[in-house]
Amino acid sequence: MRKAFLIAVPYLWLLLLFLVPFLIVLKISLSDIALAIPPYTPTLDVSAGWQGIREFFAALDFENYVFLTTDDLYWKAYLSSLQIAGVSTLITLAVGYPIAYAMARAAPEWRPTLLMLVILPFWTSFLIRVYSWMGILSSEGVLNQLLMGLGLISEPLQILSTNIAVYIGIVYTYLPFMILPIYAALEKMDESLLEAAEDLGCSRLSAFWLVTVPLSKSGIIAGCFLVFIPAIGEFVIPSLLGGSNTLMIGKVLWEEFFSNRDWPVASAVAIILLLILIVPIVLFQRNEQKAREAEG
Amino acid sequence: MKRFSWFNATSLTLGFAFLYLPMIILVIYSFNESKLVTVWAGFSTKWYGELFRDQEFLDAAWVTLQVAVFSSTIATVLGTMAATVLVRAGRFAGRTLFSGMIYAPLVMPEVITGLSLLLLFIGIGLDRGIFTIVLAHTTFAMCYVSVVVSSRLTSFDQALEEAALDLGCTPFQAFRLVTLPIIAPAVISGWLLAFTLSLDDLVIASFTTGPSATTLPIKIFSAVRLGVSPEINALSTLMIGIVTIGVITASLISKRAAVAQARDERAAARTA
Repeated sequence: MRKAFLIAVPYLWLLLLFLVPFLIVLKISLSDIALAIPPYTPTLDVSAGWQGIREFFAALDFENYVFLTTDDLYWKAYLSSLQIAGVSTLITLAVGYPIAYAMARAAPEWRPTLLMLVILPFWTSFLIRVYSWMGILSSEGVLNQLLMGLGLISEPLQILSTNIAVYIGIVYTYLPFMILPIYAALEKMDESLLEAAEDLGCSRLSAFWLVTVPLSKSGIIAGCFLVFIPAIGEFVIPSLLGGSNTLMIGKVLWEEFFSNRDWPVASAVAIILLLILIVPIVLFQRNEQKAREAEG
Repeated sequence: MKRFSWFNATSLTLGFAFLYLPMIILVIYSFNESKLVTVWAGFSTKWYGELFRDQEFLDAAWVTLQVAVFSSTIATVLGTMAATVLVRAGRFAGRTLFSGMIYAPLVMPEVITGLSLLLLFIGIGLDRGIFTIVLAHTTFAMCYVSVVVSSRLTSFDQALEEAALDLGCTPFQAFRLVTLPIIAPAVISGWLLAFTLSLDDLVIASFTTGPSATTLPIKIFSAVRLGVSPEINALSTLMIGIVTIGVITASLISKRAAVAQARDERAAARTA
């Protein structure tokens, strides 16, 4: 009886506020847009009984999904989101790996402090961290003033409102997600393995490639997915740092809903985005599973 | 130690400079006299004054605080229940769906979570405002709480609970007297996580709010869309300061607790 109560409360909460809303999105994505409130048809009319339910299902169709394939904007936005997320993930890895490596090699009494310094930005507002780059990258911003002061450039570089600013924003805000799993993998590593490799005639560099990198593989993969998956659906970074030609699907969905008020198309955009995300999420879980099995 | 070369030192220096410089610059410019955020015109705290006279910001801060306190508290209760179910309840009908619903919101893009909840609230005709943001934040935050708490629940000895039951505790007493004190650090960090997630959220709050309730992130976002503003720099500095003090205090407290616990354990070992 108590157990039933314990299960029922969170279960019902999630059913009502996670699953049902999701089914509503699915349903609206199959509906037609209408000039009404709410702005779509058909609405389920239960009072009409069986007839109402039949009419409801008969009126559902894949029109919005067909529309998504006919308008360039959408598939370009999906591709460009994947591309921006992919490139930023690789840059984050290149920036994060040396930091994680150095942390794992630091004296043990320093490690907790270094770890806290990596986690601290995560507790500060995401929005503020993105915003902090606006003052740096704008045409009269700190970076341009510095470069012009040094005489490296004669007129300001346009960085804010371009994709470069979006890359910087993603790398900056998601860097802790990359550092932490790589650090966790490297910290467990037995350093005598490196000495053994060097004794056996490996150079430092090849010992790094042949021993350290393979041993931190699960951390690298986990870090990459932790950056890549949320970056695809990112909204704040492209809308503050990107320009009008920065296409990302999170921004398209937002505009479709708030500016165009086309709920059925916004819902269809959301469903396709989820379908795209399933692949990396499944791969990520498989990696986690493998890492757990290797440990246990 | 011999491997801690100049290369490692450089990576750490550059890495932490990259992580912290943008925020340091933001803090410095919040004390800038000039309205032009990029021209330094002398030290001034006038933007802090402006901020505290701006009723809209104060209202938004109050709304945000209310939402964060309510949603993180409900999320902690629900998330702890959910974690107990995941770790202790064994098999029951619909278990797979349940764990799926716990993990899915963690990877769901915020735009989709926001959109789907808004469509639900409109569908059932709920007036949007503080209440609907609390519902939305509770839903995704409880999933984070349950992940944090369930990792603690899996790692401790279930025999302690069983012993309490054998000694005549009701299941609820066993939970309150044995389980809860052990998992308390995880429950507290779950609450803190839920609280910060709620304070920080722009996207889901924008979808699920109505005209009556504007949260701080919504206010900040609409202010900075048009460019950098010194008032927002001042506000950001305050928020960064609060978080830094909070995190450092929390880590000092937990360090002291760990030291005290180690001492108690040593003392117990001696007497035994």
